[in-house]
Amino acid sequence: MTQSLLTLSATETLAKLRKKELSATELARTTLARAAAIAPLNAYLHITETKALEQAAAADAAYAAGTAGPLAGLPLGVKDLFCTAGIKTTAASKMLEPFVPAYESTVTAKLWAAGAVNVGKLNMDEFAMGGSGENSAFGPARNPWDVNRVPGGSSSGSAAAVAAYACFGATGSDTGGSIRQPASFTGTVGIKPTYGRCSRFGMVAFASSLDQAGVFARNTADAALLLQTIAGHDANDSTSAPLAVPDWVGELKQVNLKGLKIGLPREYFIEALNPVIKAAIHAAAQRFEAQGAELVEVSLPSTPYAVAAYYIVAPAEAASNLARYDGMRYGLRVEGSGLIETYINSRTAGFGDEVKRRIMVGNYALSSGYYDAYYTKAMQVRTLIANEFDAVFKQVDVLFCPTAPSLPFKIGAKAKDPVSLYLEDAFTIPASMAGLPGLSVPCGTAAEDGVTLPIGLQMIGPRWSEGRLLQLAHAWEQLRGPFQIPFIQNY
Amino acid sequence: MTAPLPKGYEYVIGLEVHAQITTSSKLFSGSATTFGAEPNTQASPIDLGMPGMLPVLNSGAVDAGIKLGLAIDATIAERSVFARKNYYYPDLPKGYQISQYDQPIVQHGKLEIDLNGTRKSIAITRMHLEEDAGKSVHDLGVNVSHVDLNRAGVPLMEIVSEPDIRSPEEAGAYMKAMRTLVRWIGVCDGDMEKGNLRCDANISVRKSGEPYRTRCEIKNLNSIRHVMAAIEHEAHRQIEIYEQGGTVAQETRLWDPEKNETRTLRSKEDAHDYRYFPDPDLLPLVIEPARIEAVRATLPTLPHVLAAELGTLGLSADDIALLTSDKGYSDYFTAMLNAGADAKLSCNWLVSELFAVLNKTETPLENSPISATQLAGLVKLIQAGEISGKIGKQVFAEMLANGGEAQTLVAKLGLAQISDEGALRKACEAALAANPDAVAKFKSGNERIFGSFVGFVMKETKGQANPGLVDKLLKELLK
Repeated sequence: MTQSLLTLSATETLAKLRKKELSATELARTTLARAAAIAPLNAYLHITETKALEQAAAADAAYAAGTAGPLAGLPLGVKDLFCTAGIKTTAASKMLEPFVPAYESTVTAKLWAAGAVNVGKLNMDEFAMGGSGENSAFGPARNPWDVNRVPGGSSSGSAAAVAAYACFGATGSDTGGSIRQPASFTGTVGIKPTYGRCSRFGMVAFASSLDQAGVFARNTADAALLLQTIAGHDANDSTSAPLAVPDWVGELKQVNLKGLKIGLPREYFIEALNPVIKAAIHAAAQRFEAQGAELVEVSLPSTPYAVAAYYIVAPAEAASNLARYDGMRYGLRVEGSGLIETYINSRTAGFGDEVKRRIMVGNYALSSGYYDAYYTKAMQVRTLIANEFDAVFKQVDVLFCPTAPSLPFKIGAKAKDPVSLYLEDAFTIPASMAGLPGLSVPCGTAAEDGVTLPIGLQMIGPRWSEGRLLQLAHAWEQLRGPFQIPFIQNY
Repeated sequence: MTAPLPKGYEYVIGLEVHAQITTSSKLFSGSATTFGAEPNTQASPIDLGMPGMLPVLNSGAVDAGIKLGLAIDATIAERSVFARKNYYYPDLPKGYQISQYDQPIVQHGKLEIDLNGTRKSIAITRMHLEEDAGKSVHDLGVNVSHVDLNRAGVPLMEIVSEPDIRSPEEAGAYMKAMRTLVRWIGVCDGDMEKGNLRCDANISVRKSGEPYRTRCEIKNLNSIRHVMAAIEHEAHRQIEIYEQGGTVAQETRLWDPEKNETRTLRSKEDAHDYRYFPDPDLLPLVIEPARIEAVRATLPTLPHVLAAELGTLGLSADDIALLTSDKGYSDYFTAMLNAGADAKLSCNWLVSELFAVLNKTETPLENSPISATQLAGLVKLIQAGEISGKIGKQVFAEMLANGGEAQTLVAKLGLAQISDEGALRKACEAALAANPDAVAKFKSGNERIFGSFVGFVMKETKGQANPGLVDKLLKELLK
C-alpha cells in the first residue's frame, strides 16, 4: 500500500485526493515516514513535519469545503535555498546553519497558496556551487540508483528525494545545470525555465544573472503542473518577465512531430561524451525522426568556451552576492579581536572550500587591471553564445543533446579535481549563459560496474518555449514507454 | 573674501555634491526615509541585506534625477546602468553599494553661480543615483560600535562638477546655488545640518596656464563654511609642499574644523578596489523621451531665468539675489505681483518689513501670519495713494497681530487718508498761521523750511493727510 501510494505521479495523487479516495493527512504521514526512512540518502536537511501536517489538515478541510487549490495536499520538497518563513534555510552552508528567515520566497509562497504540503528542506551543494552534491556542509546526498554515487548537483537533495519517492516533486534552482544534470543522474524530469520566468525573490543568490528556479518531477505532466504554479511575474524581482503563464498542462498534448526540426548540435557530441549516452540520445532522436521529425546537424561554435566564461561570470557575481555573509547581522559569527578579524574568522569558518575558491576567482576577475581581460571578455563570450543560439533557432525548433557527458560518478571520484567537475556542466552551461529554457528527461539506462544508471536527454529551446519543451518531453515519454525508477525499501 | 594664493598659484577645485532625494521611501525598498526615527526601525529585509532579497528601483527617485538633469541643462541618458561598488563595512549590509558607474543617468550639465553680481557657469560632468550606507556610531560605549541602518538605502544624487572652480568663494557660491536649485525644484531639502546635502572637494593648485597638478580629495564637508575653509587650508598646504621642493601625494583627506586643518584619511595605495560591475539584479534603466517631457512639465521657472525676469522690473541686484535664493520667496513675491501690487513696493515691503519680523521670531516664510494676498492688499492701498507709507506700517502691525485685510483694517482703525481738499486746505492754512516766523523765513528764501509745514499738517492729521495734496496746497498758499 505504502509503495503503491508513494510511486503514484503527482497528477494521479491529486486525482485521488480530489475524489477523496485519499486524505491529505494520510498522504502527508506516509510521505513523512518515507522521508525519514531514506535518511541514508541524506536528501533532506530538515523534515518539516509540523508544517506538513498543518498544511495537510488545511488541504483536507479545503477538499471538504470545495475550495482546494490545484496542488492541495501534494507533498513536495524544497531546495534549501528557497527562504521559508519560520523554517531554517541554510543553503547547505555552515554560514547559514542558524538562519531562520522572516519571509517566504515567491516560488514557495505560490506552492503553498496552491495548497502544496512542505515535507522538508532539501540538501544541495553549498550555495548551489557544485555539480555533485558533495559540497554540502552537511554531507553529500546520495543517488537512489546507487548510494555510492552522486545524485548530481547542485540540487542534489531535490533529485534524490524525488527519485527515492520521498516527495511527489521538488523545487530546484539551476545556474549552470543544477536542475538538469541531477535530473539526468537520477532518472527524473527536471526543467529550468527561461531566465526571468520565475521570481528569484527569496532565493538565496548564487549568480543573479543565471539563477533560475525550476522543478523536479517523475514525469513531464507533473513537471508542467509544478512549473506553471511557480512561474510568473513578480514585482519584487526586477528581472522577472511581465509575461502571462500559459496552461502548460492543458497544452501538453498539442504537438505535431511531423515537420518538427530537431537540431543536433555538433559541439555536444564530442569525444569526451560517454558513447553509451551518445547512442541513447541518437536513438531517441531517431524515434522522433520516425514520427516525421527532421533531424538537422547544427553548430554552436562557441560552446567549448562556455565553461570558461561561466567560471568567470558566475564567481564574479557570487563573490559580490556572498559579501553580505559577514557575521554582522545574521548567520554564523566567529568573534575575533576587532572587526577585520571577526570578518575573517566568520567567513573562514562559515564557507566551504568550493565557495571560497569561487569568491577568490570572482574577486580576482573583477579587480581593476583584470576586469577587461576576464569579466568583459567572459561577457563577450556570453553574448556570442546567445547570438549563436538565436541563429540556430532560426533553422530548427529545438535542440536535442545529452544533459551530461557521463553517467553518475562515484562519490569522491572528482572531488580532488574541481576542473574535471566543472566540465560535467559543459552541456548545461551554454543554455544558462543564454538564459534559455532547458529540460532533462530520462531516455534510457546503462549498466556500469554492475549497477543500472539513468541517462538524460536534454532539450533546449528558444526563450519562453517551455511549453514546446514540455510537449516534446511528454511526446518522448509516449514514444519511450514507461520508465520506472526502482523503489528501494531500505537504502 | 579670502586672499589670492601666494606666488602666482591658483586654485583648481571640483566638487562632488551628495544630495539626499526627498522621496518617502528608499531607492530600492519600500522602507520609510523619515529623519530622526529610532535606530533600525526603518530597515526592511532588503535594507538589511538578508539572503534572497532583491532591489526594486524607486521610480520617484528616477524622476527626481531627470528633474535635476533638466534643471542643470544636462543630457538625460536613454539607457543608464546600476553597478555594484563592492567593499566591506558593517554599515553596508550587502557588502556592496548600488550606484552608477560608467553609465550614469545624467551627463554634461552646468550650473550658474553668482559672485557679487558677476555670473559664471560651472560645468557639471555627471550626476548619478546611488543608495546611501547606514550610520556607524563609535562613541556610545567602550570597545563597542553601533550601526543604524535607517539611512541604508536612502536615495542620493551624486553631482560631480568639472574642476572649473577657482576660489573658495566660487566654491561657496556653487554650493549655495546648488542648494537653492535642489530645493527650488523639490528634489532635496538641502539641509546640510542633517547631512541631506554634503560635499567632497577635489583640490589642486597650479600656476596659471599650467596643466592640472595632483589633487587631493577632502571628504564629507557638511557646511558651506567648512567647504570654503577646507579648500583654502588645503591649497596652502599643497603650495607649501611645492615651495619646499616636494610633491603632493594623491590621497583622500579629512577636514578637521576644530583644528582648521586637513589630514590624511587614506593614501592612493590604500584606496579600495571597488570591483564595480553591472548589478545583475537590476535591468538597465531605460528612460523614454515621453517620460522626460512629463517631468519637464513639472519643472518650475528656474532661479536664473526668474532672476533675468526680475531684472526687467527695476529691482536691485541684491533684492533679485535674495528673491531667487528660495522658491518660497519668489513664489510669495510673484503672488503679490499677480494680485496687482507694484514690484518695487512689494519687494520693499516683503524684504524690509515682513522678513524683518519673521527673522526676529525665527518664523519661516511659509508660516508667515501675513499672506502674499494680504501684503499685496496693503501695498496696493499705498500705491493708489489711499494711505501713506507711514500709515501702512500701522496697518501692517495690526495685520501681523490680529490678521485681516488692509482695506478693512484701514477703515476699522480710522486710518483712511484725508484727501478732502477743503478740509486739508483748512489744515494747511492753520499750519501757516501757527508758524508766522517760519513763513517769513521761507519767503526770504529758506526753502528747506517747507518740510516743517508738511510735518505740522501731518502731525495735526495724525499722519492721515494725503501727502501729495498737502504738498500741493501748501505750495499754493505760500505763493
